Amino acid sequence: MAAATQDSAVRTGRVTRMLIYLVLLLFALFYMLPLYVMLVNSVKPLDEITGGGMMSLPAQWTLEPWLKAWSTAQIGVQPTGLRPYFWNSISMVVPAVAISTVLGALNGYVLTKWRFRGDTILFGLMLFACFIPFQIVLIPMAAVLGTLGLAGSTAGLVLVHVVYGVGFTTLYFRNYYAVFPTELVRAAQIDGAGFFQIFWRILLPSSGPIAVVSVIWQFTNIWNDFLFGASFASGDGAPMTVALNNLVQSSTGVKEYNVHFAGAILAALPTLLVYIVAGRYFVRGLMAGSVKG
Amino acid sequence: MGFLDIKSVTKSYGPVEVLHRVDISAEEGEFLVLVGPSGCGKSTLLNMIAGLEEITTGEIAIKGQTMNGVHPSKRNIAMVFQSYALYPNMTVGQNITFGLEMHGVPKPEREKAMSDVASLLQIEQLLDRKPGHLSGGQRQRVAMGRALVRNPDVFLFDEPLSNLDAKLRVDMRTEIKKLHQKLGTTIVYVTHDQIEAMTLSTRIAVMNGGYVQQLGTPKEIYDDPANVFVASFMGSPSMNLIPARVVDQNGEPHAKIRLEGGKTAQLRFSDPGLAAHSGREVLLGIRPEAITDPEGADRKSGNIQTLHNVVDVTEPAGSDTFVTTTISGKTCIARMRADTDVRAGAEVAFAVNMDKAVVFDPETEKRL
Repeated sequence: MAAATQDSAVRTGRVTRMLIYLVLLLFALFYMLPLYVMLVNSVKPLDEITGGGMMSLPAQWTLEPWLKAWSTAQIGVQPTGLRPYFWNSISMVVPAVAISTVLGALNGYVLTKWRFRGDTILFGLMLFACFIPFQIVLIPMAAVLGTLGLAGSTAGLVLVHVVYGVGFTTLYFRNYYAVFPTELVRAAQIDGAGFFQIFWRILLPSSGPIAVVSVIWQFTNIWNDFLFGASFASGDGAPMTVALNNLVQSSTGVKEYNVHFAGAILAALPTLLVYIVAGRYFVRGLMAGSVKG
Repeated sequence: MGFLDIKSVTKSYGPVEVLHRVDISAEEGEFLVLVGPSGCGKSTLLNMIAGLEEITTGEIAIKGQTMNGVHPSKRNIAMVFQSYALYPNMTVGQNITFGLEMHGVPKPEREKAMSDVASLLQIEQLLDRKPGHLSGGQRQRVAMGRALVRNPDVFLFDEPLSNLDAKLRVDMRTEIKKLHQKLGTTIVYVTHDQIEAMTLSTRIAVMNGGYVQQLGTPKEIYDDPANVFVASFMGSPSMNLIPARVVDQNGEPHAKIRLEGGKTAQLRFSDPGLAAHSGREVLLGIRPEAITDPEGADRKSGNIQTLHNVVDVTEPAGSDTFVTTTISGKTCIARMRADTDVRAGAEVAFAVNMDKAVVFDPETEKRL
């Protein structure tokens, strides 16, 4: 073997490598199995599933379960499908992600570029927010939402998620801005830019990678949250996750597994999409070459 | 009262005082260099002039107006940073005009000012590029352009050349000097490089340990250093500091030094006033270029003293040959002509220009 091959880290023979790939492939297949089951069973009629063919490809392909899950399935009282709840989730996630990301960016900016006495302690306290389990805050949060008159509303859920998320977003932005050259801020100060002008014109345009990280993290967490949704939103205001649960757990009538599978995929699609769209901006070094050569 | 006045300025971080009662006054058009080793407080002082750090006590005034508490953007200063600090998301043109935009200058005027500065610095072809696509020297120019466009009262430079490679550094140094001669603006320039300080400045403040050790023209600093620190910091190779005793001979003060093989030599001082220190141990400071081969000695000097000593090492540097010898137990460097025939181990004649000799108290390290 040549000394300068790419796999110089670990030298392996052809056979060993084949074995490694085989094992990896098996793991990958095993990992993909649930998705396969969900996809396959969401496009076949119910009798094919109850007939015992969980793993087989559908004999008769149909989009009926998807349409039913989306628009006509019985959730709660009305046969509305998941559609209205999907929009509930969207109208909760979008403002919650936007507000918590902007607040996190502002916090990071202040904590690194406008240092003040006790800023590290404050940051440490904010980090605590990342470690507090959801269950602990349920009752005090319900009380607070009640006092504010936001109980059972989407606005209330947005508030809950912003409060909970700001610890994470602050952590991301603080660490990102900590290595952002302070000389740039000083130069902007001499140029006459104010607090917010420096933030909007100098820092934010260079914050692409960390904003993507923050958005992906926040979007996934808030979209997938069940506990807060189930606790603080009621009936028609419930988010997608709660509605999916209601769909699957309904105790009356036949269990329509194909509809359940389709509904579950529908509920998971937005987070998948966010990863696919934003994932590639993840690693882009927008700061390249800003300071020295 | 000068154009830029620094009056009894101190800076403390908590109980620690890092800058002790600095008094500097610069005239309009002056090129003031603050030089010293890292941690001497030179950058802190510059940041205080810029308004980026608060003044603990004392006053900084520009054009007679106190700047204490005035926001950096309202001081009519401009600063070039060590890292250039170009805004990475803006083009070169936007970088240059950002300050004008923030000061509410209308767009046509901004464009005019930008093209003037761009042609002055010959960066017209770069205006649409992002800083990330520029070389070190180009970034340096853009950073200067950003400072120039504001037409400030005082320019502040914070080690602007230290990120450039050696050759470019020399070119840019010349360019900065040309720019200063052309525009005649007041400049405060921070560096740790004593050659930059010597070549650029009209006046130098040598700083160490939070104190201004000496303030003067480059010639004063070089020829009349106030203490051992200034003498050894400025100049390369640095000044020879030879332990010696002041002795009286024929009514004239001489420096008595020890040579190889137990011999001694006595070199007559040019300054008869040193007789007052007769019998005292001192440090005799002589720059390498004041110790030469006899043929290379300065003919204008009125007091060349010759001694013979063994050569330890010779270092031919092309333009000169540096010859190392041991005097009074200290390694001394002499700067001889390049074609001098000197070999290690041989005893040769050293011509010492005593007009250039300075004497320090070994205890206080101050000039006698």
